[in-house]
Amino acid sequence: MSALLEIKGLEVAYGPSQVLFGIDLTMTEGEAATLLGRNGMGKTTTLRALCGLEPVRAGSIRFAGERIDGWRPDRIGRAGIALVPEGRQCFPNLTVDEHLQAFFANRRGLAAPWTPASIYELFPRLAERRRNLGNQLSGGEQQMLAIGRALVTNPRLLVLDEATEGLAPLIRDEIWACLDRLRGEGQSVLVVDKYVERLIALADHHTIVERGRVVWAGNSAALDADHGIWHRYLGL
Amino acid sequence: MTQLFLEQALNGLQFGLMLFLLAAGLTLVFGIMDCINLAHGSLYMVGAYFVAAAAQAADSFWLGLGAGVAGTALLGLLLELSLFRQLYRRDHLAQVLATFALILIANESVRLIWGPAPLLLNPPESLAGPVEIAGFFYPAYRLVIIACGLVVAGLLYLLVAKSRIGMWVRAGAANREMTEALGINVRALFTAVFVFGAGLCALAGGLLGPLLAVQVGMGESVLILAFVVIIIGGIGSIRGALVGALIVGTVDTLGRALLPTLLRATLPADAAATLGPALASILIYLLMAGILFFKPQGLFPARA
Repeated sequence: MSALLEIKGLEVAYGPSQVLFGIDLTMTEGEAATLLGRNGMGKTTTLRALCGLEPVRAGSIRFAGERIDGWRPDRIGRAGIALVPEGRQCFPNLTVDEHLQAFFANRRGLAAPWTPASIYELFPRLAERRRNLGNQLSGGEQQMLAIGRALVTNPRLLVLDEATEGLAPLIRDEIWACLDRLRGEGQSVLVVDKYVERLIALADHHTIVERGRVVWAGNSAALDADHGIWHRYLGL
Repeated sequence: MTQLFLEQALNGLQFGLMLFLLAAGLTLVFGIMDCINLAHGSLYMVGAYFVAAAAQAADSFWLGLGAGVAGTALLGLLLELSLFRQLYRRDHLAQVLATFALILIANESVRLIWGPAPLLLNPPESLAGPVEIAGFFYPAYRLVIIACGLVVAGLLYLLVAKSRIGMWVRAGAANREMTEALGINVRALFTAVFVFGAGLCALAGGLLGPLLAVQVGMGESVLILAFVVIIIGGIGSIRGALVGALIVGTVDTLGRALLPTLLRATLPADAAATLGPALASILIYLLMAGILFFKPQGLFPARA
């Protein structure tokens, strides 16, 4: 089976200072993968470059058989990559319902696509808040909304940056349960987060970056077996 | 006194609605693309000239209005594709310089084509006279302007507040990057907004043409007011532009009409005579300063 996502030798620079020095990452359809590493090591930049939000200096990104590096972000979004960004970035001037209505699209003609109604079933709390504006929600509700907003685009690949950062433990569990469910339904997911145990349970494949380079890559069993890796690269 | 007040309140409403037509485009251009367009007033002027010229040629005010609005929208499309797309990426200084150059080019082009004398634009004959409302006479044409303004403001509100396109525009104004990442082509959306804004400028210019002189430089004074409106309302917010425009239109009109009278009643005659007009002309700036003191982002901030 050909890869859904294939990142090869990805380099990104902010002006003169280079932050990524050749990231490699491959995912197949239906897979869950993670990107790990300490803060400032290049995880967010990798995800942003994937979504077309940072210019790629060298290397290539192939998605669903097409080379997408250099595409504008909206074209990448329509090609089927949806981002749940760090800090949620809900729109302060759109209601919860508008977040879901505005970006709903079923470009692949799925028989049972995500719709605003099915997002309300997934996150009943959002249904109670449907008339509230994006900035009138708790952190957990904002994260649910950011996930729902990405899901209604019916993406082939869901990308989550800091999926549970800054959330209360109960809400965090709810987000993890949601990701487990999506995974079970065959949704491809690429996640950045700090909770390695939860990521080992959720995902098949893990990539650790340090100072813009891949320093370790392997499956959940390998990561679980070697806590030295955790200590060395993740500071745990 | 009541009659004067009512009449001036209607004038204020009419002025405010026309200001809204101008401010709507300006606030979206500024809000979504972070682009300062000083030439927005020039689109208003060029729009008024187009309407006046087309109305003379067609011998019909309404045909001229339609043709002028369409022509200005087309001009807006050409400007956006050729010039403004290059400007969005640049900083505000480059935008101010380039669009200021556009003002000069527009003024000289208009002078070259139509000459230095103001152009005459007559209101439709059927609307030339006054009508009686609530015991006083008010020009029928001004009532029609109010009606047009209310209809367009209502349609614009529905478009921005209820349609998906409106949601994208608001989302783009709040967070362009995120809106694009969700699959919305904000560039194409913005071209549409710019063209629409240019059409609204021409509509305001054409409707006001019979009341004011259609002349070179008419865009500059109104541009300043439009900026005051969007700053009061909150940059990027259509609702803010509507509320801001009505506030500025009403306060400016009523201030100029009533303030001298009020001052004469309380102050010595010569002090009132000097203070009245001066105070009236700075009233909206005082208002803006006051609103910004309590709401630095404007009344309806669109950004996070």
